[in-house]
Amino acid sequence: MPFIQNTDADRAAMLAAVGVKTLEDLFEGIPAELRHKGPLPIDAGLSEDELWSELQELASWNSTTTAGCFLGAGMYRHWWPRVVDALQGRQEFVTAYTPYQPEASQGTLTAFFEFQTMVAALTGMEVANASMYDGSSAAAEAVVMAANLTRGRDKVVVSRGVHPHTRRTITTYLEWTGLEVVEAPLGADGRTELGGLLDDKTCALVVQSPNTLGVIEDGAAQAAAAKQAGAISVACVYPIALGLLESPGAQGFDVAVGDGQSLGVPTAFGGPSFGLFATRLANVRRMPGRIVGQTVDGQGRRGFALTFQTREQHIRRAKATSNICTNNALIALRGAIYMAAAGPAGLREVAEHCLAKTQYAARELEALPGFSLRYGAGASFNEFVLDCPVPAAQVNRAVDAAGMIGGFEIGRWYPELGPNALLLAFTELTTRREIDALVRTLAPLAAAATVA
Amino acid sequence: MNKDLLLYEKSQPGRRTLRLGRLDVPAADLSALPAGALRRTPPDLPELGELELVRHYVRLSKKNVSIADSFYPLGSCTMKYNPVLNEAATAIPGFNAIHPLQDSGRVQGALAVMKRVADALAAVTGLPGVTLHPAAGAQGELTALLVAHRHFVETGQKQRKMVLIPDSAHGTNPASASIAGLQAVEVASGPDGLVDLDDLAAKLGEDTAVFMITNPSTLGLFETKIAKISEMVHAAGGLVYMDGANLNAILGVARPADFGVDMMHINLHKTFSTPHGGGGPGAGPICVTQELERYLPSPRVVEEEGGLRLDYDTPYSIGMLRGWAGNFGVLLRAYCYIRRLGAEGLLRVAQNAVLNANYLRVKLRGAFHVPYDRMCMHEFVCNTKNQREQGIHAVDVAKRLIDLGHHPMTIYFPLVVSEAMMIEPTETEAKETLDAFVADMLLIAEEAKHEPEKLHAAPVTTPVGRLDEGRAVKDPVLCYTCSH
Ligand SMILES: Cc1ncc(COP(=O)(O)O)c(C=O)c1O
Repeated sequence: MPFIQNTDADRAAMLAAVGVKTLEDLFEGIPAELRHKGPLPIDAGLSEDELWSELQELASWNSTTTAGCFLGAGMYRHWWPRVVDALQGRQEFVTAYTPYQPEASQGTLTAFFEFQTMVAALTGMEVANASMYDGSSAAAEAVVMAANLTRGRDKVVVSRGVHPHTRRTITTYLEWTGLEVVEAPLGADGRTELGGLLDDKTCALVVQSPNTLGVIEDGAAQAAAAKQAGAISVACVYPIALGLLESPGAQGFDVAVGDGQSLGVPTAFGGPSFGLFATRLANVRRMPGRIVGQTVDGQGRRGFALTFQTREQHIRRAKATSNICTNNALIALRGAIYMAAAGPAGLREVAEHCLAKTQYAARELEALPGFSLRYGAGASFNEFVLDCPVPAAQVNRAVDAAGMIGGFEIGRWYPELGPNALLLAFTELTTRREIDALVRTLAPLAAAATVA
Repeated sequence: MNKDLLLYEKSQPGRRTLRLGRLDVPAADLSALPAGALRRTPPDLPELGELELVRHYVRLSKKNVSIADSFYPLGSCTMKYNPVLNEAATAIPGFNAIHPLQDSGRVQGALAVMKRVADALAAVTGLPGVTLHPAAGAQGELTALLVAHRHFVETGQKQRKMVLIPDSAHGTNPASASIAGLQAVEVASGPDGLVDLDDLAAKLGEDTAVFMITNPSTLGLFETKIAKISEMVHAAGGLVYMDGANLNAILGVARPADFGVDMMHINLHKTFSTPHGGGGPGAGPICVTQELERYLPSPRVVEEEGGLRLDYDTPYSIGMLRGWAGNFGVLLRAYCYIRRLGAEGLLRVAQNAVLNANYLRVKLRGAFHVPYDRMCMHEFVCNTKNQREQGIHAVDVAKRLIDLGHHPMTIYFPLVVSEAMMIEPTETEAKETLDAFVADMLLIAEEAKHEPEKLHAAPVTTPVGRLDEGRAVKDPVLCYTCSH
């Protein structure tokens, strides 16, 4: 049997040691009437080579993003140095458990101490945890933390610009908690309008920049408005953009969360990625997730261990700050290696390339008759809403026929934008040739629409 | 040469590993951005060339104990071998370079993998409704509790808010109940280590939402009266949730649906061999009865004429607990595992896991006290009662094991056994590895009698000795640059 090393002789000796005759005898604790009779309806096993062929076939049913892809909407195709794969893939990292025995886990623990430091630096915060599941659940946990920090307040204001999966995750987490979620609308410029929504009942404000329409928000004003209302401000970030854009910490936010996918993680059909969670030091005892701290051993040598564990479920049980146990450690390690590989200059270069490609595409597409940028070229970092003269689905079919993957039909998430709105994303991996091909593909659509 | 420096201590201004090629479009016009949008100070990230980066992480990796180098009998965690092929599968571009918003017709392979994993989990559990959405076991628990509560609200039983949980349960069970906005109530264990039916009966009532039971339990025991328990819970109008962290023991042997379970989670990162990665990522699919299926999170994989599709339009669904459909990379690894083993292989997994655990139990029970010394499932719990007079605690045994070349067992869990040492060898370990572990445990039992200081001083072979965890809380240093 695959992966089972013991032979029949081993098993016989072990059964004798245990004092039973057959393997079935080991299950005496399960009443006979509850035992399953016959084999499970699962196909017979395959050898490694047979499985490999099957995998190749299954993979061939998927079209990859490598030939040009303008999909973003929360997951982006970025380059990572191949050293990231080699280091993260080391078996010593891959096959270890959560570092509950610190002396046997200094590798993982040191890497997480450094990860926390880099996340804090990137977000401009004082403390970060060792990762959450992803950006959406991190945002929901930030709201839970905010509610605990501001007991008695029961209103959560979430911008409509926040990713719809994140908004839905927040409402799902909060469904039975008695907290009310209120949506802050987006104005004609694509930015959040807080109006009079923040008040003394508000525990949290959640915003995202760039938001789901690709628009850069005025974070400083939002954080200030939350502060004035006494609410906890939560910024959802796109880590790559922070190579160029102002950090939530500097803007005055209390919490920064985000999805780490852009930091060297493949899109892989949606996961696994990892979530970032960073905040002010004062909030550390209310934070969810694992935190690594520096300390010393009996000889005064520096070492790292999980700390503030009394917040966590294995100690505090029903009173824990979160139920999270397994997080997304290995993918966060990828993120750490990526950030260390990039450094401040590399991250800025990536961010500038994203912006340059976006600005180039904006100019070229806007020049096509019938196409326009919904919020203007200056509002975006690496993604924008393009209003097309024909339905976005039709545009995407044309891009597909040209051998590339089009944008996202954003009207599916924001019906108010109409069926012709297309959300297009650009990264350092988007080539000028791909953008030019996109423009050439779209041009005849404009002409056709004019004729009609 | 100090080989223990942190990234930040190795950092040199001007160095970096990531460098892009020449920009093929005009440079970015930063002045076009909204006023105040630009970052004033660059993030303080370390600056390293590629070789130093490689050395740093290679050295760190050597400071870990992992399944790849050592026996790792961490109870409740199912530290079985993680097949290397499964890692290679995730690097295939057709799985790795695909976007979750691609047209479903262009990702039929990914959807087929998800569908087949879900079908296999339904077969193993006997529960037909499967979601692959939850990111880990704890999120699966939360998902199921939200499903249960939605079911009660829809059926006019909003008052059901109590979640009954045995005292031997994992901490995530009560924590999930609280996060869901429900209330955790503890149910006592009886002298046999199983659920105390009298206490359960006394706590069941019109406010009962769910009884969460871990079966096999965290003591490694099968709840013999599980059918009766389910009957009691159902009679009171509640639902039975099974924490499936220990499913490894009963694969192909018994199906939870057959003992009255309505919902359960499965930790693919335990039973289905996906690696733990130093704490994740995992995947915590849940399986539910047909009646509850419509409440499962969005999106669902649906089969229609023309193929498979991700359906986000799910009117009865509780919603989402994370972005996208699930941890696809983890699901793919589990798929590979299921395909390698097939039905027969999965049954062999359970049989060999239980055999290995019982073998260790009978070999160790002379030296260490086994509070519930009867046939166990995939794991068993012993403790240091016999070593109490020498002042030896579970932690001392654990640390000494590190020096002897093993990763320790789980200690101080479950809470119902004092000085608990929970041992789960898994099916992938060979007899001689188990024998070597036994020999070292017996050695430790001898040392406890004659050289207890050796145990107290352990570990001495590791990069650091026992750490001052109190200091890490009193004087928190959680970030390198923040403390300099
Ligand atoms: C019995 C039991 N229940 C639940 C969990 C939680 O699972 P996860 O860590 O995947 O969230 C664990 C894992 O540690 C466990 O051992």
